[in-house]
Amino acid sequence: MSAVAYAVPSILIFATAAVLILVGAVGVIALKNPVHSALSLIMTLFGVAIAFVAQSADFLAAVQIIVYAGAIVVLFLFVIMFLGVDRRQHANVEPLVGQRAFAGVGVVITVAGLIALMAKAHWVTGAMSVSTNGVALATGQGNVKQLGTAVFTTYLFAFEATAALLVIAVVGAVLLARRERTLQSDEVEV
Amino acid sequence: MNVPAAWYLVLAAVLFGIGAFGLLTRRSALIMFMCIELMLNAVNLTFVTFARTLSDIGGQATVFFVMVVAAAEVTVGLGIVVAVFRRRSSISVDELSELKG
Repeated sequence: MSAVAYAVPSILIFATAAVLILVGAVGVIALKNPVHSALSLIMTLFGVAIAFVAQSADFLAAVQIIVYAGAIVVLFLFVIMFLGVDRRQHANVEPLVGQRAFAGVGVVITVAGLIALMAKAHWVTGAMSVSTNGVALATGQGNVKQLGTAVFTTYLFAFEATAALLVIAVVGAVLLARRERTLQSDEVEV
Repeated sequence: MNVPAAWYLVLAAVLFGIGAFGLLTRRSALIMFMCIELMLNAVNLTFVTFARTLSDIGGQATVFFVMVVAAAEVTVGLGIVVAVFRRRSSISVDELSELKG
């Protein structure tokens, strides 16, 4: 594998995406102010979008920017501002003794295990999947048409189910965040 | 030629680890949700990488559905955070101990 010369632009793109993703992710867990964490999250999401474009997943990169950076992070920021928790500094306490150390060890073991598994197994062979019926993934100029065809034929049932899921989620969020009106109506009656 | 898929897979594994560490150590429910988003993005990156490597559009379709579920999850989760904050003026998960058995 070392004999293959990879094109310099692809290495530069990968390095840019990796720096954005890792710096943003560390910022999310290290910064004290939730607003700064949310802005770091945007950085990571843009890095992932770059990685998507580099791997010819153009539609997903657009959806990543629109849905994640455009909607989900705005929702996070809205809740942070709405609750007014942005000024409250969380004390750097450790309620469970040794929790950080245990978490660190567990995470290191998990990541090392993942990487070792990928290094040993023969998943990354460049062989073609058997489930595609011989239709190769279009690369270079995007595969929006291919993705649309797959979503509306092979995955049609799952696609319809997501519609129900989204409706249920919206109704549930409204019910959860609704202010109770019962006390006020009682007061009016009295 | 594009960089090998293993680079992206290792990057996704590290991103997943960072998200998991934050989820285990931070106390604010909002930051924990952001860490879940980090982990979901790591998995999405892995799916897209395998879609390219195996030349299978199914990986990208799966990422599409993961994004939908993530949006629904954040909506309901933040609704729960708002409801909890109304009752006890705090979003620290240490103070949610009613179900302690």
